[in-house]
Amino acid sequence: MTSPKQALAHPASSAEAAPGSQPGAARGAHGHGTPPEGKSPWRSRLYRWDMKASPYVFIAPFFVIFGAFSLIPLLYTVWYSLHDVQLSSLDTQTWAGLDNYQNLLSSDFFWNALKNTFTIGVISTVPQLMAAIGLAHLLNYRLRGSTVWRVVMLTPYATSVAAATLVFTLLYSWDGGMVNWLLDFVGIDPINWRESDWGSQFAVSSIVIWRWTGYNALIYLAAMQAIPADLYESAAIDGANRWQQFIHVTVPQLRPTILFTVVVSTIGATQLFGEPLLFGGVSGSKGGSEHQYQTLGLYMYDQGWIIGNLGKASAIAWSMFLILLIVAAINLLVTRRLRKTQ
Amino acid sequence: MTTSELTLPQTEPQAGKKRGASRRVMGAGKQLHAGPVTYLVLAVFALVSLAPLVWTAIAASRTDHRLAETPPPLWFGGNLFKNMQTAWDEAGLGTAMLNSVIVAGAITISTVLFSTLAGFAFAKLRFRFSGFLLLLTIGTMMIPPQLAVVPLYLWMADLGWSNQLQTVILPTLVTAFGTFFMRQYLLQALPSELIEAARVDGASSIRVVWHVVFPAARPAMAVLGLLTFVFAWNDFLWPIIALNQQNPTVQVALNSLGTGYVPDQAVIMAGAFLGTLPLLIAFILFGKQIVGGIMQGAIKG
Repeated sequence: MTSPKQALAHPASSAEAAPGSQPGAARGAHGHGTPPEGKSPWRSRLYRWDMKASPYVFIAPFFVIFGAFSLIPLLYTVWYSLHDVQLSSLDTQTWAGLDNYQNLLSSDFFWNALKNTFTIGVISTVPQLMAAIGLAHLLNYRLRGSTVWRVVMLTPYATSVAAATLVFTLLYSWDGGMVNWLLDFVGIDPINWRESDWGSQFAVSSIVIWRWTGYNALIYLAAMQAIPADLYESAAIDGANRWQQFIHVTVPQLRPTILFTVVVSTIGATQLFGEPLLFGGVSGSKGGSEHQYQTLGLYMYDQGWIIGNLGKASAIAWSMFLILLIVAAINLLVTRRLRKTQ
Repeated sequence: MTTSELTLPQTEPQAGKKRGASRRVMGAGKQLHAGPVTYLVLAVFALVSLAPLVWTAIAASRTDHRLAETPPPLWFGGNLFKNMQTAWDEAGLGTAMLNSVIVAGAITISTVLFSTLAGFAFAKLRFRFSGFLLLLTIGTMMIPPQLAVVPLYLWMADLGWSNQLQTVILPTLVTAFGTFFMRQYLLQALPSELIEAARVDGASSIRVVWHVVFPAARPAMAVLGLLTFVFAWNDFLWPIIALNQQNPTVQVALNSLGTGYVPDQAVIMAGAFLGTLPLLIAFILFGKQIVGGIMQGAIKG
């Protein structure tokens, strides 16, 4: 089994390294082969052209569609973010310079959304990934019905976002919702999950945690199964118990996978949209009556399509991207540092 | 890479089949048996995973207009089908389901087809700039969809395509993830000798794709198809911007159902249950393959 690092480190080498392939024959598969003998020169030319052009033909659909519907719009978003574009009068777009950005930076709602995105991101990602590692560790034991366990843990992933959020909204109801009912059982006062700051942010995060923990557990499980058994054997010989083996063998070996899941979860958290939108019900795009859980994704939707200021929405989109890039850069620096200290 | 890895190029990517084998090897040496505590903790996790879904079905089957009562309903009532019928009518779930099937179906077919072609080129063909283009593909996974929605919205409005399904479908016809996923699979699942043999026989590229690549890629195509379908079915941001209540996808319809459109909470839960039912059915039928696919994508990604 190849580790993620190995697979990435050898992007194109496996074809050459394939056992039993003659060097000459291998070249044939790579576009320099000779066509079978006895064919007309026209067919031979066609054959050569086919060899040369086909790779580009195969990758073209991806790049054409992706370019047209993601990359070019991305640049246009810069353009619109420098203009005053109102949903009500799309034909009159006037130059606004950096007005939209200045507007953002001086808006309390923007900073509030940024802060909410960060806190909801942290309280949904950290417990989620920690639970996922623990869960993966358990799933890695020899289990009866191991496939059934895995499938069950993944069911939340196969639940539609809207359906899951509607259910959790009801479970978190103030008077008589299931969660407060259970809290009452153990003697805790009911919490206003929709109005309070931390309560509502926790509620939104719990939906994210519920949906994605099993998914991340499977990713960790796959990486755990690729850890060579002799590492554990030598640790056991050194007298490490199960817990020490987990801390000193499993976790360090999982480091690239942990980094991968942190990056993916961070991207997901920055874009959080459906859960808070539906959790808010009527005040969904505002993120609750006091904007307690308005994320950047919601703020952009609210400014662009509820209030109707598409120029400002474009500016928000770009600031989201900038924040992602900063987070990615920090991530990179931290991993470099970690690798050096090793 | 060691030679031992390369001697088993075909079996390597088939996570489902292979797991049994690697399990036996690991078990021979050291894999530990799970104790009762492990089963207990797993059972709690399983309960937490399943309870909200089961409770949706319970809530959807009640007659109560308000479900938030103490104590909450914990067993099925007799109203499931009536509530489903109401939700179906009130939120226009019939149209929404059909729309979601069309949208998710089209996106799935196109993503699987184009990802296989591009993945094959990146895995097995040599061409100029291939390394750079692959890096570019991977890099685009960082771009949030929010960055494209304002221009897309304006263009689609210009074309007079507001509220039409092609507006939702077009921008999502390919994914970088799919391309990378297929490349990683074909790198090992498709022996280069097979392509060479076909080439020696004078097969054109199209014939190679049809007779060699597609058959070898079939298991991964199925997994990618399932993952893409789930993703497309759950997509929220772009459909809610591009479509209105008259022509919604399921997520958009459920959103309108949740924003006070219907006061009866049992009906809302019935709608939520219906909206997730197609995914659940797919999951019950192909859960094992989806699990294998996620683990396989993880280990190579």
